[in-house]
Amino acid sequence: MTEFVAPTVDWAALSPVVIVLLAAVVGVLVEAFVPARARRTVQLTLAVAALAGAVIAVAALWNGVEASGGTVVLGGSLLVDGPTLVLQATIALLALVSLLIIADRTETGEDAFAPNAAAVPGSDYEELARRKGVQQTEIYPLVLFATGGMLIFPATGDLLTLFVALEVLSLPLYLLTGMARRRRLLSQEASMKYFLLGAFSSALLLFGIALVYGYSGSLRYSEISEATQVPGGMDGLLLVGSVLILSGLLFKVGAVPFHTWTPDVYQGAPTPITGFMAACTKAAAFGALLRVVYTMLPGMAWDLGVLLWTVAILTMVVGTVAALVQTDMKRVLGYSSIAHAGFILTGIIALNEAGIVAVLFYLLVYGAATVGAFGIVWLVRERAGRPDDPEGNGPVLGEATHLSQWAGLGRTHPLLALTFALFLLSFAGIPLTAGFAGKFSVFSAAVEGGAWPLALIGVLASSVAVFFYVRIIVLMFFTEPAGAQDEGTGPSSLAPSAEGFALGGDSAVAVEAEPVVQARSTVSTTVVGTEGLAVVAIAVCALVTIVLGVFPSPVLDLIASVATFLA
Amino acid sequence: MSSSFPWLTALIVVPLLGAVAMWAIPAGRARAVALGVSLLELALGVVALTAFDVAAAGEVQLLEVHGWIPAFGVSYAVGVDGVGLILVLMSVLIVPLVVLAAWREQGSLTVATDQLRRYLALVLLLEAFIVAVFAARDVFFFYVLFEAMLIPVYFMIGLFGGAQRRYAAVKFLLYSLTGGLIMLVAVIALYLQGPGGPQGFLTENLTGLTLDPTAEKLMFCAFFLAFAIKAPMFPVHTWLPDAAQQAPAGTSTLLVGVLDKVGTFGMLTLCLPLFPNASRWAAPVVIVLAVISILYGALLAIGQKDLMRLIAYTSVSHFGFIVLGIFAFTSTSVAGSSFYMVNHGLSTAALFLIAGFLVARRGSQQIADFGGLQKIVPVLAGTFLVAGLSALSLPGLSTFVSEFLVIVGTFARHPAAAVVSSLGVVLAAIYVLWTYQRMFTGPERPELAGMVDAGTRERWVVAPLLALMVVFGFVPGPALDLVRPPASVTLDQVGVQDLPATAATEEGSDR
Repeated sequence: MTEFVAPTVDWAALSPVVIVLLAAVVGVLVEAFVPARARRTVQLTLAVAALAGAVIAVAALWNGVEASGGTVVLGGSLLVDGPTLVLQATIALLALVSLLIIADRTETGEDAFAPNAAAVPGSDYEELARRKGVQQTEIYPLVLFATGGMLIFPATGDLLTLFVALEVLSLPLYLLTGMARRRRLLSQEASMKYFLLGAFSSALLLFGIALVYGYSGSLRYSEISEATQVPGGMDGLLLVGSVLILSGLLFKVGAVPFHTWTPDVYQGAPTPITGFMAACTKAAAFGALLRVVYTMLPGMAWDLGVLLWTVAILTMVVGTVAALVQTDMKRVLGYSSIAHAGFILTGIIALNEAGIVAVLFYLLVYGAATVGAFGIVWLVRERAGRPDDPEGNGPVLGEATHLSQWAGLGRTHPLLALTFALFLLSFAGIPLTAGFAGKFSVFSAAVEGGAWPLALIGVLASSVAVFFYVRIIVLMFFTEPAGAQDEGTGPSSLAPSAEGFALGGDSAVAVEAEPVVQARSTVSTTVVGTEGLAVVAIAVCALVTIVLGVFPSPVLDLIASVATFLA
Repeated sequence: MSSSFPWLTALIVVPLLGAVAMWAIPAGRARAVALGVSLLELALGVVALTAFDVAAAGEVQLLEVHGWIPAFGVSYAVGVDGVGLILVLMSVLIVPLVVLAAWREQGSLTVATDQLRRYLALVLLLEAFIVAVFAARDVFFFYVLFEAMLIPVYFMIGLFGGAQRRYAAVKFLLYSLTGGLIMLVAVIALYLQGPGGPQGFLTENLTGLTLDPTAEKLMFCAFFLAFAIKAPMFPVHTWLPDAAQQAPAGTSTLLVGVLDKVGTFGMLTLCLPLFPNASRWAAPVVIVLAVISILYGALLAIGQKDLMRLIAYTSVSHFGFIVLGIFAFTSTSVAGSSFYMVNHGLSTAALFLIAGFLVARRGSQQIADFGGLQKIVPVLAGTFLVAGLSALSLPGLSTFVSEFLVIVGTFARHPAAAVVSSLGVVLAAIYVLWTYQRMFTGPERPELAGMVDAGTRERWVVAPLLALMVVFGFVPGPALDLVRPPASVTLDQVGVQDLPATAATEEGSDR
């Protein structure tokens, strides 16, 4: 046996990850030692500082990596190269923006999270916690842990680290998903579903890792890649192993047929978390997928091509078609995120440098629009009317997610609706928005890489997708607001919410949990004011969407200058 | 001749700034600002004409090329030849008239409303896109504008139109967007055949490529489909009547009179030069479709009960003539089509705007709701008649010159098509004169007795259009000087031998 040699650690190269994870640990201590009153302020400051620090750390590393092509850290477990830095910057920035939305308590003074997640929904104990204004500040360290895992995920150089990073990013997300303040049973069900399916896919991934290890005798991507060049007698092992690994990763990006969790989880999770999850997890998981496909399995391109093509086509088609028939805003966005996963996959299948640039760019622009869009969904609320005064200003309830409740928003809140329309147009890929630049770059990379049928299907799927994005715009701008008619619309707007609850199984309890059940028949739609944080976040997202739509060049050049994987 | 001043950029930026300003100013000033900006734009356009060397109208002038997204090979490239310039001029002429015509629309009988302010802002935004699209010399830039234009129009129909406006707006958007996206695939495919690099999308870098015949045909079809939807041609014209019926008159004017020219303009300046072999291959089919459009549009126009739908169908017929001339590949017919685009813009604008005045007075678009108006509103009746006569190409009006050039030019190559299409002229006489008869002659109706005739503002809207039609009808020379050289250049690019039209047409079309 050789003696154990401690690896030399290049702390500087690790700094983005270390800062975030360290801050998360400190955050846990804050929970224990800082008085409740000051906790939120301290946690928020800490989290913002950590994520901003991560961005700065990436910037500081940039020139060195651009010159050297990247460094191998921790004996090859982590690879700090160009794509790593781009993805880490993207994830940290998007997480920072999401954090502002997560932290915003709106003018109601209530954030998106259950005052006491351990309390049984509808119990007196929960009501007591709500009245006392208890707040769950643990969300900040949880978000930081998840972000830390995401920062590691695309940087991994071996399969074991990949698995660990996956778990570090997933576990906090399972928890966060179950902590919604409203519709708690739906949220808890989503969390359970996410956890079970996630655990299942982790198991697949782990099994795949074991098989590939059995084939190649190594966990390092570079060594596995070498092993695949030499024909051995155990190709079946490699094939099954790599398919299982890809399945695990495709689950995280929400590609068909591993997508079934996506709409439910997106719908059930607290909306700010949905935005965070949709943008950042996708960036991290696609980053990891990109690295695995480009550096570990290039020798397998021929064998795995069929699989990836099928998945990409299915993902685009199923995501688009299913989104057409949704009636819940969060589910529409959920299915649209599936379709987008398909578009990004076409960039990965391109297997060329243009593909890397395109995918990295797409993740940034898609993330910005997603965080912004979910931020707005979070602000559009139901407001209960009082029995004596249906139009009165009763308490603000949960998000008004049924599409019909968005009717006429363009008339009552033009700026908000316009911003939302901007994000939708970006999703749809209309020129002069960032989404178009992103779609164009992945499709042209795909055509260049010989995958033109995928590009064609992608374009057709996009044109179908336009329909449901535009339908929402029509609803916001060209339809009379439901409230402008009469009370008769009350029951009809109730029906959809009830439908939403029905998904939560025995969710009558969740309805009971709301203190204003009796007034539900006169629910109207309103937009809550913010504490300012969410407005900043949404404005940043809108700005990114416009600027990257009109002048994508600087960012594209920046990404292209470092878009090579460290072998 | 290259001018140091970026005329075309100025022409794009001015309305854009105007549109931005419209969001900032109070509603009360909206009319004045919008009119001022659009008149400034018109003046700028006229000055730009002086910077243009008419003797070299076949060349692209006032060219500006700047890198935009070098990573994709996309440049900001604008420049015009004679055809582009004359279409830009037509557009900047029509916009102030539309602004003036919208003066009292959107609930602003006395003071301008916020609603009107938004509408005018959209009009100015659209103007910027229109100028840019006629000037674009980069295929990708053209595509971006082609799609981006849809957004203001979509809102102009959907927010300000009639009862079925949402349906019309969505139908318009989906038709156009589908065509555009299919074109996008061809745009990318074409780029990959080209030289690539940071200027790979410049039109001049993509012209004259040696393409695989099948690929060329496919790309041609994708481009042509997008333009045929836009133009609109049979059988993909069905969005137009709905849009024109539901949109306010000013929107229809811009949509049909100006915006749809992008379709035929695209066929002329992109389809033919980029895919010459495929264009020759497809020409017979296109000519058949064009002839069908001419007759089908005219027949449906005769059967319409709604005034706006009627005008929309007449345009389908006229667009058939334009496409026919383009794909007949003679210098006479192509020049005629180019000129036709301008004349059709003027003629349709006049028809839609006057119809808009009538509809605003009557509160109905149904032809049956009018009757015997000749004596009540003589000015409106007279101007409508002149505009209508221009639609049926009466000699002495500019549309006659262009229609004649198209038919004569086409006759040299496809006599049968020319003969059949000339039936369209007869049908035009029916739909124009019969409509006039139903609306303006006959016994006076008591419920229409109180109708007021055109006011000063409305006369100012219509007068420039009618004046130009008469001027170009008798002196088409200056306009033809702008469109003839580009027609020859186009024929060279397509690689067909020009067929001389009979001597009489070259010299005597207007005499």
